Amino acid sequence: MTSALPAVLAENPRLDRWLNFDAPGKVEISTGRVELGQGVLTAMAQIAAEELNVALERIVVRSGITELTPNEGYTAGSQSMQAGGIALRQACAEARARFLDHAAQMLGCAATELTLRDGHVLRNAAPTKFDYWSLAQSVSLDADATGNAARKLAAQYTIVGRDAARLDLPAKLFGAPVFVHDMRLDGMAHARVVRQPNRGASLIAFDEAATRRAARGPIQFVRDGNFLAIVGEDETAVETAAAFATDHIKWSAAEPPTAFQQEATWLLQRPSIDRVIGAPVEAEPGRGAQSYEATYTRPYIAHASIGPSCALALYRDGQMTVWTHCQGVYPLRAALARMLKLDPSAISVRHVQGPGCYGHNGADDAAADVAAIAFRMPGRPIRLRWRRQEEFAFEPVSPAMVVKVRAKLNDAGELIDWTTEIWSGTHQGRPGGGTNLLAMEALPNPPAPPPPNDVPEAAGGGATRNGEPLYEIAVKRIIHHLVPEVPRRTSALRSLGATANIFALESFVDELAERAGRDPVEFRLARLSDPRARAVIERVAAMADLSTKATQPNRGKGIGFSQYKNRAAYAAVVMELEVDETVRLLRAWCAADAGLVVNPDAVINQLEGGMIQAASWVLKEQVRFDNPSAGPIDWETYPVLRFSEVPPIDIELVPSDSDMPLGVGEATAGPTAAAIGNAVSRALGIRVRDLPLTRERIMALLLAQ
Amino acid sequence: MTRNIAFTVNGRPVDVVAAHDDTPLLDVLRNELSLTGTRFGCGLEQCGCCIVLVDGEPEKSCGRSIGSVAGRSVTTVEGLGTPDRPHPLQETFLEEQAGQCGYCLSGILVSAKALLDRNPSPSRAQIVRALDDNLCRCGAHNRILRAVEKAAARLREGNNRENRQGSPA
Repeated sequence: MTSALPAVLAENPRLDRWLNFDAPGKVEISTGRVELGQGVLTAMAQIAAEELNVALERIVVRSGITELTPNEGYTAGSQSMQAGGIALRQACAEARARFLDHAAQMLGCAATELTLRDGHVLRNAAPTKFDYWSLAQSVSLDADATGNAARKLAAQYTIVGRDAARLDLPAKLFGAPVFVHDMRLDGMAHARVVRQPNRGASLIAFDEAATRRAARGPIQFVRDGNFLAIVGEDETAVETAAAFATDHIKWSAAEPPTAFQQEATWLLQRPSIDRVIGAPVEAEPGRGAQSYEATYTRPYIAHASIGPSCALALYRDGQMTVWTHCQGVYPLRAALARMLKLDPSAISVRHVQGPGCYGHNGADDAAADVAAIAFRMPGRPIRLRWRRQEEFAFEPVSPAMVVKVRAKLNDAGELIDWTTEIWSGTHQGRPGGGTNLLAMEALPNPPAPPPPNDVPEAAGGGATRNGEPLYEIAVKRIIHHLVPEVPRRTSALRSLGATANIFALESFVDELAERAGRDPVEFRLARLSDPRARAVIERVAAMADLSTKATQPNRGKGIGFSQYKNRAAYAAVVMELEVDETVRLLRAWCAADAGLVVNPDAVINQLEGGMIQAASWVLKEQVRFDNPSAGPIDWETYPVLRFSEVPPIDIELVPSDSDMPLGVGEATAGPTAAAIGNAVSRALGIRVRDLPLTRERIMALLLAQ
Repeated sequence: MTRNIAFTVNGRPVDVVAAHDDTPLLDVLRNELSLTGTRFGCGLEQCGCCIVLVDGEPEKSCGRSIGSVAGRSVTTVEGLGTPDRPHPLQETFLEEQAGQCGYCLSGILVSAKALLDRNPSPSRAQIVRALDDNLCRCGAHNRILRAVEKAAARLREGNNRENRQGSPA
C-alpha cells in the first residue's frame, strides 16, 4: 500500500541521507532539526530506535550540518516532531522493510515470517545469522523513499511514549565544552564587532589609537564600509576595546528609536498593508445585535537568551566553515553565500549547541559577523561573541501588537459574529532570502530591504497566528494590518503572534462570559465540539478546582485555552495568583493533548518552560526605547522571572489515540498569558488589557479604580 | 605589569601569567586554563552563569579580578564531579532532568553546592533564596528546585551512613 510521503521526506527522499549502519552495532541517524535545549535529538533517537527495533543506546544522532544532514529549513514553529519526526519515522520504516526483504530472500522465506529484536533478524521468533550490520553490505539505502513501507503500530511501541533521559544533558551538568562558545581552534583569534547603530548610518570618526590604548593588549581592526571589527588573541583585550570603541565611535544618520515609539499603540498611526481573512468585513451592525469590543496590547519583547550569540569561522583554500547555534543551517548558508559572493558549495555551516534561543535572536547575525571577518583573514580561525548589551540592543525582537476584538450577540444572547483586528510588525525577519543580516547592512552595497511580508497562514501565520478563535461562531474574520516600518528589527519569538492573540481572545471570552453571567468554563465548552479541546479544558478545570470561588480578597484564578495554530497541540492553563502592588503567582495547572507523545517527561518540561517564559513576558517584559540616556539594556533594566517568582506547576498529558506527534514548545505561551490576565482581572475586579502587568501598571489600575 | 598569580583550581595548584591584575577570573578560567564549564552570560555580574566558589563562597567570576584570587582556592563546575564520580547534585539534576538548554546550569550547580556545604537541610525557601541570583530563561526552575532538595536529602543520608559506620558497634 502506497501512502503519501511526509513532506520533509519527499523533499529529502534519499534514505542514506537519514540513516546508515556503517558503524558496527550502531545506527547513525541524521536530522535537519537541531538541539535548542528542547530535547529534540533524544526524541529523534527514540523514534528511530522504535521504528528499527533497536535499543535506544545504539542510536547516534547527527544534526544540522549542511553537507551531511537533510535540509529541513528551520528548527522552529513546533514542527520538529510533527514534520521532521514523522519523516525520520517513515525513512526508518522503509529501511527496516528493505533489510527484512533482503533477509527473506537470503533465508528463502516470506518477509512476514521475520521480525527484529535489537537489530537482529528473527524467523518465527528464532534467531537467524542476520542483523542490520551483517546485511548492511548488501542492502543499499542509496534509494528514494517510496511510501510503500508500513509503519509500526503505535500499540506495539515500547520506546516511543516512555520517558527517556535527554542525551544532551549529562555533558551540560559536568561542564563539558558543549556550547559553540566553548569551541577552541588552533591559532584562533577572538573578535567583536563595533555595531552600526542602524541601517544607513555611516562611520564618520573612530580613534584607532585610543582604542588600542584602551585594549591594553595587541588588537587589529577589520574595516570594510561601515563594518568594523576588532580582532586579537587576547579575548579580554578585544572585549575591552569593543566596549570602548562602541562608546566613543561617531556615526552619522544614527536614528535611535524613541520612547514615543515604544508603546504598541504607536502602530495604530502607521501606514499598514491591510487584508481580511475569513468572512468579509461586516457593514453596519445588524438590527437587534449587540456589539462589544475591547483592545489589548503587548509591547516589544526580547528573546533574552541567557548567553549572548557566538559563532566561529575559518576560511581556508576557498572554503568557508562556520560553526553556529542558529536554527537553520541551510538558510544561513544561502544568506552567507550571497553576502560573501561564494557558491553555497564552498560554505559549510555546522550547528553547535548554544544557550536557548526561543526563536530568531542574534545567532544568525553573529555567524554572518564572524564569516565576514574570517573571509578577510584567510587561514585564521576566528571566534566572535556578542556582548550582552549588544544582544539586547541588536537582536531582532518580537513585534509589539495591538489586538482589537469585536463580537456581536443576537437578541437571544448568542455569539454570532467575531472580528479580530491585528496591528503588528512582521514576525518573519529570518535571513533565508539573503537579507536581514546586520553585517550585510554594514558592508558596502547593502542589499535592499526585503519586501514587507509575514509568515503565511499556510505556515501558521505570523501576526495572525491563532487570531481566529476555535470557538464555533457563525461568522469569523481577521483583519490584519502589517506595519512594515517599525522602530526595531522584528522577527520570530516562540509562538509568534499567538501569545498576544490568545491573550486578547481568551480575555475577551472571559469578558463576554461575565457579561452573560456565565461560568467561563461552561461558556467555552458551550462553543466547542472538538472532543480534544473540551477534554483539556475540562481536565484543567478539575485539576485546579476552578469551580470553587476564591475566598480571599485580591486572589484569583483564571483560565486560558488554545489549540496552537488551530491545528496542533491543545493546551489549557489555569493560573492562581495574588495581587497587591505586584502580581504574585501562587500556582499553575496545565492539561495538554500533544497527540502521540514521544518522550513524556521532555514534553512536560517544554510545556512548563513555555508557561514560565510566558509568565515572565506578561509580568515583566518590555523592550524599552527610552533607555539610551539611562544606559544600555541589561538584566537590571530588562528583568525576567526569577526562582522566587516561579509558582509550583502541575501538568497532565491528556491521552490521545492519535499516532501523529504535535509540537509542544509553543503550545502553552498564549494560554498562560490569558490565564494570568483573567486571574488578575478576577482578583482586582478590573479588566487588564495591556501588558506587561508591572507594578507601575497595577498601581495605575488601582488608582484609576 | 605582567606577573605570575598562583592559586588553586579544583584542588590543583595553578600558576598563571596575567597581563593585568584586573583581568576577570572568568576569562582566565576559560581562556588560559581551558575550564570552559564556567559560562559567560553577561559580564555584568547580573545572571549567575559564571558563578564559582572562591574559598567556598559563591562569586560571579566575571566580576572577580584574577589579582584578587592569588593564594585562594577556586572551585568550578568541573570540580564538582565527573561522569564516573558525580556529585549528588549532578546525579539528582540528571534524575530530575533538571535543565533545558543547560547554559545556566554550571552557575546553578555551584550556587547549590555552596548552599548545601553550609546548610545540609535547607528549606525550599532557602534553596530559592540561594538560587535567586541565577537566571534561567528556559523555565526549568521547578525541576532544579526538586533536584537540589533531593541532593540535600541524599547528602544527609550519606553523612548519616558514614556516621553510623564510623561509630563503635
